[in-house]
Amino acid sequence: MGHMLSKFNVIGPLAASRLKKKKKKSREVHTFVFTSRVPLSRSVDDKNRMFVARSIAADHKDLIHDVSYDFHGRRMATCSSDQSIKVWDKGGNGEWTCTASWKTHSGSVWRVTWAHPEFGQVLASCSFDRTAIVWEEIVGESNDKQRGQSHWIKRTTLVDSRTSVTDVKFAPKHMGLMLTTCSADGVVRIYEAPDVMNLSQWSLQHEISSKLSCSCISWNPSSSRAHAPMIAVGSDDSNVTYGGKVQIYEYNEVTRKYAKAETLMTVADAVHDIAFAPNLGRSFHVLAIATKDVRIFKLVPLQKDSSSSAPTKFEVQVLAQFDSHNSQVWRVSWNITSTLLASSGDDGCVRLWKANYMDNWKCTGILKGDGSQVSGQPGALSGVLGSATAQSALNGATGR
Amino acid sequence: MEEVDVEPSPMVIADLNSFIYRHLGFEWGPGDLLVYETNYKLQGPRTAGSPLVHVVRKDEDICSPILLLVPDSNYRSVIRACMEELQHNVSILLAIELIWNLCEVLFIDAAPAGSLLLHLLDWVRLHKSDVDARAREVLQSESPAQHQSYWDVVRRTLILQGRMDEARQVLSKQASLRAESSSVFKRMDVLLQTMPIFNPTGTQTLTEFDVKWRHWHEECDRCLQDNTFASNRHLETIVKILVGDEDTILEQKELLSTWYHFLVTRLLFTHPTIKPPDLHYYAQSSMNMFLGPRAPPEPLDIILLSAFEFDLHQVIKDCSIALNNWWFVAHLTDLLDHCKLLQSHNLHFGSNLREFLVLEYASGLFTHHSLWQLAVDYFDHCPEFGRVYLELQIERIPLDTERKAIKVLRICEDRQMSEQVRSICKIMAKRALRNNRLGSALSWSIRAKDAAFATLISERFLQDYCNKGSFTDLDLLDNLGPAMLLSDRLTFLGKYREFHRLYGENRFSEAAKLLLSLMTAKIAPRGLWMTLLTDALPLLEQKEVIFSVDQTYELMSCLEELNSGTKDSNTTDQEEDIESTKTELLRLALARNLAMAIVKEGTIET
Repeated sequence: MGHMLSKFNVIGPLAASRLKKKKKKSREVHTFVFTSRVPLSRSVDDKNRMFVARSIAADHKDLIHDVSYDFHGRRMATCSSDQSIKVWDKGGNGEWTCTASWKTHSGSVWRVTWAHPEFGQVLASCSFDRTAIVWEEIVGESNDKQRGQSHWIKRTTLVDSRTSVTDVKFAPKHMGLMLTTCSADGVVRIYEAPDVMNLSQWSLQHEISSKLSCSCISWNPSSSRAHAPMIAVGSDDSNVTYGGKVQIYEYNEVTRKYAKAETLMTVADAVHDIAFAPNLGRSFHVLAIATKDVRIFKLVPLQKDSSSSAPTKFEVQVLAQFDSHNSQVWRVSWNITSTLLASSGDDGCVRLWKANYMDNWKCTGILKGDGSQVSGQPGALSGVLGSATAQSALNGATGR
Repeated sequence: MEEVDVEPSPMVIADLNSFIYRHLGFEWGPGDLLVYETNYKLQGPRTAGSPLVHVVRKDEDICSPILLLVPDSNYRSVIRACMEELQHNVSILLAIELIWNLCEVLFIDAAPAGSLLLHLLDWVRLHKSDVDARAREVLQSESPAQHQSYWDVVRRTLILQGRMDEARQVLSKQASLRAESSSVFKRMDVLLQTMPIFNPTGTQTLTEFDVKWRHWHEECDRCLQDNTFASNRHLETIVKILVGDEDTILEQKELLSTWYHFLVTRLLFTHPTIKPPDLHYYAQSSMNMFLGPRAPPEPLDIILLSAFEFDLHQVIKDCSIALNNWWFVAHLTDLLDHCKLLQSHNLHFGSNLREFLVLEYASGLFTHHSLWQLAVDYFDHCPEFGRVYLELQIERIPLDTERKAIKVLRICEDRQMSEQVRSICKIMAKRALRNNRLGSALSWSIRAKDAAFATLISERFLQDYCNKGSFTDLDLLDNLGPAMLLSDRLTFLGKYREFHRLYGENRFSEAAKLLLSLMTAKIAPRGLWMTLLTDALPLLEQKEVIFSVDQTYELMSCLEELNSGTKDSNTTDQEEDIESTKTELLRLALARNLAMAIVKEGTIET
C-alpha cells in the first residue's frame, strides 16, 4: 500500500497559515499548531488531523470535574472541586469569556448540566455535599450587562439524598421539565417542575432504588412515540452479589411507574459513565458504557402489548468492546449525530471511535495529555490522526 | 489485499507537562471537542488548580460544496471555479481534477477499445496545457527552427501526445530551412501524415484499423532499420518513438513528466487498440518503468492505478484516505451512483454508501457558520436518513439574530418539521420574555402556537397596562387578526386594546358595546372587571347618552356580581376603602345614565 503523502500534502502549510491568522487575533490565549512529519512507520494516513484551536484559562482553583456545553454550543459551564461553577460565553470571534463565577455547593461539584433552552437559561449541579441545585440566569442590571456579567440565582435545592449525589441530568424535553439525580446511596430520583415558569417548585415524582451505589445515569433521548421513557443507571459498586452493573428502567403508562426492564449482566465491573446514543430514526437503542473497557450495546425492543403493565423486553447485543485504554474508562460521550463516540481512560487519553458503514467500529483518533515523547515518533509534537470514515467505512466491504 | 489495522498515532495536547492529574476530561461541542485535565478517582479538594481547557478541532479543507445532481459537465467547470478560489490548494485540486476526469473516461464514458486510447489521449492533453503555450511561443518566434525549445515542442507536444498534424506544421519550419535534408523531412512528414487514427464514428471496424495500423508501424520500422533518418538525430529519435521503442520513449521522461503520460504515449505507439481489461497491465508496468525501483508511488499514483484497474471501490477508498475532505469522495460517489455504476461493480450497498458519505459530509458542513444552509440541500437528497439528520441538527443552530432564526424557521416550515418550528419559536419567545421584549415574545409564541405561553405574555401586557396606564407594542396588538384566538387571554388583550382604540377614535357607542361584551361574554377575567367598569366611567359621564337602558342594566348587574363575590381576605383596609369608593362612584354614574337613557328612549323623535 502507499506511503505517506508529502508532495500531496498541502494540509500542513494550510493549517499553519490559517492558524497564523488566529494567532494574531488572540493575544492571551494559546494556540497550538500541529504539523505532520512523515511517519516512518507504515501507519495510515494523516487524514483528519486535529489541532488545538484555542486554550481557555479556566481559572478554577481546583480540579475541573465536568464541562458542559449548552444546547447551541455558545455557552459552557465548568464545575470544580473548588465548589464553584463558572459560565462562559462564546463571542462572535470565537473567544470565550467568563460571564459568571460563583460558589455553589459546600463540597466538590461533580457534574453540571444545561436544561433545554425552551425552559430558559437553566443549570443543574450536583455535589459531594449531598445536594443537587437548580440555577436560573436572570437578566441583570444595565451596568452588569455592560461589564459582561450575568447573575445566576438558586431556584431550588434538592436535599433528599443521604449521600454524595454523583450525577444529575435533565430528561428529554418532550417529557417536560424533569430533573434526575443519582446518589451513592443507590437511589435514582426523578423530579418535575409542574409549572415551567416557576423553577422554585419541584416535586419528587419517582424514587427508584437500585440497590447498588450509583455513579451515572443516561436518558434515552428518543422522542418517538414508539419508545416509552427509558433511563439507564450505572453503578460503581464493588458488590459482587448483584452482578449486572447497568440497569435500565422504563416508564409504564399503565402503572404510571418506572420498572426495571433490563439488567446488563455481562457488565460486572464498576461502571463509571453511561450514555445513550442519539436516536436517528432507528427502532433499536444504542448504549455506550465506560467500565474496565469501552462497551457499546444494542438494545432491540421486542414486541409488546401497549396495554401491558410489564416493561418491554429487549434483545441485547454487544456491538463493540474496546480495551485500548488498557485501564479503567471513566467517561463516554456521543457527538450529536451519534457517529462518533469519545472515551476517556486511566491511560490519560481520549479516544474517538467510529463505526463504518458496515457497523464495524474502529478507533479514529487519540488525544494524549502526557507531554512525554511517544516512542517511535519523529518529534515531540507530531500528531496525526487515523482515517475517519471512508477508510473504515469501506473496510467491511473490501473483502480483500 | 489485507487491510492494515493500525491504531492511529496519538495527538499530544501540548502544555500539559504538568499533567499530574493524569486523566483527560472531554465534552463534545459543535464541530469541536473540549479537553481538560482532571482526575476521576480523586474525591475531595486538592490545592493545585487545573488551569486550561483546550478546544480541539479537526483540520478540514472544505471546498466550496457543489450541489449534487448537477450534470456531469458542470462538475468540471465548477471544479475550475473552485481552483480559482482556493489558489493555495491548487495542487490538491489539480489532482482531484485529474482523477475525476480519468474516472469519467473509464467509468462513465466507458469507452471500448479504439476509442479508449483516444479518450486517454484527450485526458493527458487536458492536463498538460502548458504544451500549447510552448508551441505557440516557438511558432511565433523569429526563427522557430532555431528556437531552443524547438525539438522539445515537436517531440513532447506533439508527437508524444499524438498531435501529428501540429507536429507536421512545426516540422515544416525546419524543412523549409535546409534544402539538402528536405527529402528526409518529407519522409518524416509522410510518416506522420499517414499514421492511422481510429475514428469511432466512421465505418472502419477495429480490426480494419488494426491492420492499417500494423502496416504503418512496419513502415516506420523499415525506416528505422534502413537508417533513413540517421543523418538527423532528432528525426531518428522521433521515428524510434513512432515505432514504439519503449526505451526511447522512456528517455523523454522530462517531457512526459508523469508515468501516466508515459503510459498513454506508450500505448499510442504500441497498442492503440488497447482494450479496457488489458489497461492495468500496461499501467502497472508503465508506472514501474517510469518511477524506477527507488521511488515509491505516491497516493495519487495509487489512485490512478486503481482507476486503470477499474477497481472503483479502491479508487473511492484511496481518495478518501488521501484527500483531506469529504467533498470529492462524496461527489464522486454520488456521480458514480447516479450512473448506476456502484451497483454494477457489485457493491451491495451502492446508494446507501453514497448516502452514508453524503450524510457525513453534510454533517460536517453543519457546524460551519454559513455553509450550514448548503448542508440542508444535501440532507434533502438523502432519502433514507436525510430528514431525521436534518431534524436533529437544525435545532442546534445558534439563533444569534431574529433574521437567522427566521431563516432556520423557513427551512423547517418548508419541510413540515412542525416540532422543530415549535421548539425554535419557543426558544425565541422565552429569550424575548427574559429581556422584557413583550411584543417580540408574543409574536414568537403565536408563531409557536403556544397557547399557554401566549396567555402568560398577555397577562404581562395587562399587568403593564394596569401599572403604566398604557399599552406597549400597539402595532402588534392592533394587528393580531385571527391569531388572537390562540388563547382566551390573548383574545381579551386584543379586544381590550380594540376598545381603547375605538374610544380614542371617538367611536363611543361601538366602544361601549365592545366593553360590555367583554364582560358579558366572559372573555374578560374576573380580576379585571373592576378595571373595565372603571373604563366605562368616562363613557357614562359623557353629555350624550351612550349606554342604552338595557346596556346600563347589564353593567349594573356586572357590578353587583362583582361585589357579591367573597371578599379577598388579603386586602387591606385601605384597599377595601378604595374599592368601595369606586363602587359608589360607579353606582352613581350608572344610576344617572339609566335615568338619562330612559328619558332618551322614551322621548319620541319629532
